[in-house]
Amino acid sequence: MSASPSYLELVCPAGTPTALRAAVDAGADTVYCGFRNETNARNYPGLNFDAGELEDGIAYAHERDCKVLVAINTFPRAGNLKLWHEAVDIAADLGADAGILADIGVLDYATRKHPGLRRHLSVQAAASNPASIAFYRDNFGIKRLVLPRILDVGEIAALIRQIGVEAEVFAFGNLGTMVEGRCYLSSYITGLSPSCDGTCAPASHVTYKEHGDQLVSCLGGMTINSFDKLESAAYPTPCKGRYVARGETSYLFEEPFGLNVMAILPQLKAAGVTALKIEGRQRSRAYVAEVVGKFRRALDALARGEQPAETESGLSAIMEGGRETFGAYKKGWR
Amino acid sequence: MTGKAGKRGAKPPQRREKSRLTLGPLLYHWPAEKRRDFYFRIADEADIDEVYLGEVVCSKREPFFEPFLSETAERLRAAGKRVVYSTFALITTPRELDSVRAKNAPDALIEVNDMAAVQALDGKPFAIGPLINVFNEGALDFLARKGAVRLVTLPELSAESIGILAKAAKARGIEVEVPVFGRQTLSVSMRCYHARSLGLHKDNCQFVCERDPDGLPVGTLSGQDILTINGVQTMSHGYLALLKDLAGLRKMGVGAFRLSPQDTDMVRVAEIYRAALDGKDDPGALLDELREELPSTPFINGYMRGGRGLDWAE
Repeated sequence: MSASPSYLELVCPAGTPTALRAAVDAGADTVYCGFRNETNARNYPGLNFDAGELEDGIAYAHERDCKVLVAINTFPRAGNLKLWHEAVDIAADLGADAGILADIGVLDYATRKHPGLRRHLSVQAAASNPASIAFYRDNFGIKRLVLPRILDVGEIAALIRQIGVEAEVFAFGNLGTMVEGRCYLSSYITGLSPSCDGTCAPASHVTYKEHGDQLVSCLGGMTINSFDKLESAAYPTPCKGRYVARGETSYLFEEPFGLNVMAILPQLKAAGVTALKIEGRQRSRAYVAEVVGKFRRALDALARGEQPAETESGLSAIMEGGRETFGAYKKGWR
Repeated sequence: MTGKAGKRGAKPPQRREKSRLTLGPLLYHWPAEKRRDFYFRIADEADIDEVYLGEVVCSKREPFFEPFLSETAERLRAAGKRVVYSTFALITTPRELDSVRAKNAPDALIEVNDMAAVQALDGKPFAIGPLINVFNEGALDFLARKGAVRLVTLPELSAESIGILAKAAKARGIEVEVPVFGRQTLSVSMRCYHARSLGLHKDNCQFVCERDPDGLPVGTLSGQDILTINGVQTMSHGYLALLKDLAGLRKMGVGAFRLSPQDTDMVRVAEIYRAALDGKDDPGALLDELREELPSTPFINGYMRGGRGLDWAE
């Protein structure tokens, strides 16, 4: 919708109406948000939009040439389809630029009832190969795929050549190590799941306790990590805890790093990626403004054929765990 | 302690179809000969109706059993068991997709665990595996139109959800199968945690997952048993043991019950579950027998009861 196409479309998190305006003002090409219920994968207290707020947000964004995507990307529990169907109805009626959908039933509903609403396939659908993507493309006419965070840049390039839909990749923020939409660790430990409840490792189930000079973090009564005074205590997400296997203690799944692709933007562009997604609807307005601003300047510099300024990479201070990684984008992560 | 299924011996009340007991795909990496001999014994001794063959977890493991696959399938069929072919939980390479296509023989039923397989089968009947996200009747309805003839329920579902799905399935002529024994798969990844636990990468894994025929136990820093690693999969620590839920599930219209192979006497496990399905003994007493077989393994049933997966409620 922008007059001049961006180097890569910058898709930014809008966890609240305030964050939406901050992201738009900081140079987002597109923002994404969700309703204040379990129809979206960031169903946390104090976040998200009601229909009126979404209407205002769409107006604010559209006046500034910014698109709005609505994430309806969880899976309805059996017998409870209505809430998801209503979410799709509202998004379509308010003129959202696309719905980000995951559930086959919800996709089917949206395709039949609102053929005019553009459909993006959520990362929660875990479509990671040409045949699976073709299933969603042929049956539900998806125009864009949010790629699972499991492929390296070479594999992404090969995939994009075969699929005939746009590819959006995660660029910055939280990094899951499991295939999204196919992880039950949170519900195994807390009873609440990212898939159906839109919540992973909910704060209501988190406790911290002092044990000698250690700070021990627990989720649902299970110890996830332990920190000495020199370490900053990471949030107890099950896939980023320290565990014991064969008598050895380690970050068995992944260390509490954050993802940052700032240094490989040209490679992602060359791979045929259409859009970059900043994760973090649960983050503050200030965080959103800073991250979006830095990516905006970097993308503009690249569009002019320049190198992004060195300062644009200084994002690790605000990142989860204070350290960054390329995650699966770099060969050898597996 | 319910004890309500006590006197089932008399006449099965107007339900003519016998419940089927199935053996899910072997999820661990056993040496090929051990795997073959396991299935031969199942063929010869186990009162099981259907056996799922095929590698689900990691395509790198698949070639090892390839030389024994048709011989094993024949032996099982000769023993009167139906063979279903399971396919990969995560497909990312052309070779993995080819492997799924290769299983697509005219008379074979395929269990799909990645939507790619549905696309590849192109309208041919298939079973929805437990790693496909069918949480609701909307998704089931769509896949029924695409050729689904069977739904194997996913780990996170409660009895309430299964009841609603079973009703919808019946209206569409789809069979429902519920896993009732063995570890539950909790996540799928591209990263191999078995390799990582030994400082290796997936691409150069040395097949270290073979060292743990029942998975690699994972504890918390406080010594709580919590998870099990099986290559790229993370699984529960405890085994699902739903002996007391069989009657209720059957009432909902569930027609098949899946045992997931563990490195234990699966013939004996099948015998215990068959006794429960046939109403030969009280489920509580049979659960005690199962405990005797597996004295050091905790049981779980939390998801089925609508709670957190790692819990056990009597």
